[in-house]
Amino acid sequence: MLKRVHFPPSLLPYLLVAPQVLITLVFFIWPASQALYQSFLIEDAFGLSSEFVWFENFTLLWDDQIYIDTFWRTAFFSVAVAVLSMSTALILAGFAERVVRGAMVYRTLLIWPYAVAPVLAGALWVFMFNPTLGIFPYFLEFVGVNWNHYLNGGQAMSLVILVAAWKQVAYNFLFYLAAMQSIPKTVIEAAAIDGAGPIKRFTTIILPLISPTTFFLLVINAVYAFFDTFGIVHAITQGGPANATTILVYKVFSDGFVGLDLGGSAAQSVILMVLVISMTVVQFRFVERRVEY
Amino acid sequence: MVEQRPFVTVLTHLVLVLGVIAIALPVWITFVAASHDEIRMVQTPLPLWPGTHLWENLTQTLFGTGLSGTQTAPVWLMLTNSLAMAMMIAVGKIAISLLSAFAIVYFKFPFRMACFWLIFITLMLPVEVRILPTFEVVANLGMLNSYWGLSIPLIASATATFMFRQVFLTIPDEMLESARIDGAGPMRFFWDILLPLSRTNIAALFVILFIYGWNQYLWPLLITTDPSMTTIVMSIKQMLEAAEQSPQWNIIMMTALLAMLPPILVVIAMQKLFVQGLTETDK
Repeated sequence: MLKRVHFPPSLLPYLLVAPQVLITLVFFIWPASQALYQSFLIEDAFGLSSEFVWFENFTLLWDDQIYIDTFWRTAFFSVAVAVLSMSTALILAGFAERVVRGAMVYRTLLIWPYAVAPVLAGALWVFMFNPTLGIFPYFLEFVGVNWNHYLNGGQAMSLVILVAAWKQVAYNFLFYLAAMQSIPKTVIEAAAIDGAGPIKRFTTIILPLISPTTFFLLVINAVYAFFDTFGIVHAITQGGPANATTILVYKVFSDGFVGLDLGGSAAQSVILMVLVISMTVVQFRFVERRVEY
Repeated sequence: MVEQRPFVTVLTHLVLVLGVIAIALPVWITFVAASHDEIRMVQTPLPLWPGTHLWENLTQTLFGTGLSGTQTAPVWLMLTNSLAMAMMIAVGKIAISLLSAFAIVYFKFPFRMACFWLIFITLMLPVEVRILPTFEVVANLGMLNSYWGLSIPLIASATATFMFRQVFLTIPDEMLESARIDGAGPMRFFWDILLPLSRTNIAALFVILFIYGWNQYLWPLLITTDPSMTTIVMSIKQMLEAAEQSPQWNIIMMTALLAMLPPILVVIAMQKLFVQGLTETDK
């Protein structure tokens, strides 16, 4: 933590940490405590006065069927995104690991979507799936599917999941490939000599050995799906149709900035903060264990 | 590879090529759309092969007045804004994290651990969960519609501080001892020994943070109302909305292409640093 040898005490260290600490206090701690405070207030309809109501905003959310639905929708969304993007990445990494020459070329061609902003990813896909113009609805019509994600909630949700997963495959692929490449070749060769084919080796040796990575990616993907997908939803569906794609982060935004329900939005923020904190704790616990492994 | 199985080898390349195609398809469609004229882009089925209007669309997008019937800044200005924001965020994060990591590792002072935990907390407060009150703070400080407002609230960084702390801890104590015997003060040691030793880490982190900064969306969306402060990434959403009235998809998709090109080029050109940065910063 601290060096055995260090500089003599002076004013300098305070000056060195000052910028970081100041910015943290002004733009992180203060707003977060404001959110916490506001979550205990209810404003009247004109925003003139506010009343301290303790946990009423939270109980209102608890009783609000729309919020409960949003909660479960978000859970479903993140599980779907994690499963889809992780399994795709696992398959691609499994094959890429076999390639002797050109593995790096495949890696280059597969990792760049990491750099695409979520809202841009949304724009790309919403163009391909534009109900009147898009390529995919045009072809889907031949198989009898009438695509319109502006009207069909299920289709809207599938599209948002697809885009979120597409963007995250790159990240998962990179970590899976690194994990597989760190497995000693001797283990794989020994299994091959014992007569295990590629599929058998993958399921009984590679998969168990990379399980720490799988768990790590599960947490990362959940955090990603919860917090980094705002742009995708905003570009593609704006939460619609009929709230079919409203996830928690989107609801904080739309209740706070569009609906101007400050107390309710703040209470939702606090719930999200609790979620981030617990995910971070899980992640840190795991990272510690990974070091031992 | 441990054995020769021609069938598996063929299958391997087949699956990987299919994967690459599936991943690249949206960008290909975007590129194709950006290379046709406006009239072609409203006729179904849309083309799958590039047209001849790429250059024309590029100049019209960069220097034109945007979509007809909308009031937007020219795209070259948005690109400049994005570049300024991304650079300020990346450089700012690296600078303040280097300094605070240096203080935490090399000095013993009261409230050292308090500072450490304070920085740690920022990890748990992503901008999405505290947007309203942070917006109020920035508004009260008069930083709306400015580069400062776009970048400063985002530059506190727990991950970068931790990473540099980790790097500094691996530097042998003898370095400091000999530097002090030679009469170097703390800042001299920082400039002449710590900075050069963490050069690759700084570069790797810069790649990740540049992408992070460039791709900011929700934050610029909230605090910029002046069209001349629009960043390229947030302009896409406005264009998608305008597309219902004026579906100039060639221009919209050219803008999207220009918006994602810089970070993608950074990833491809600095792949090694990118991979290092991604695996190191991951909390």
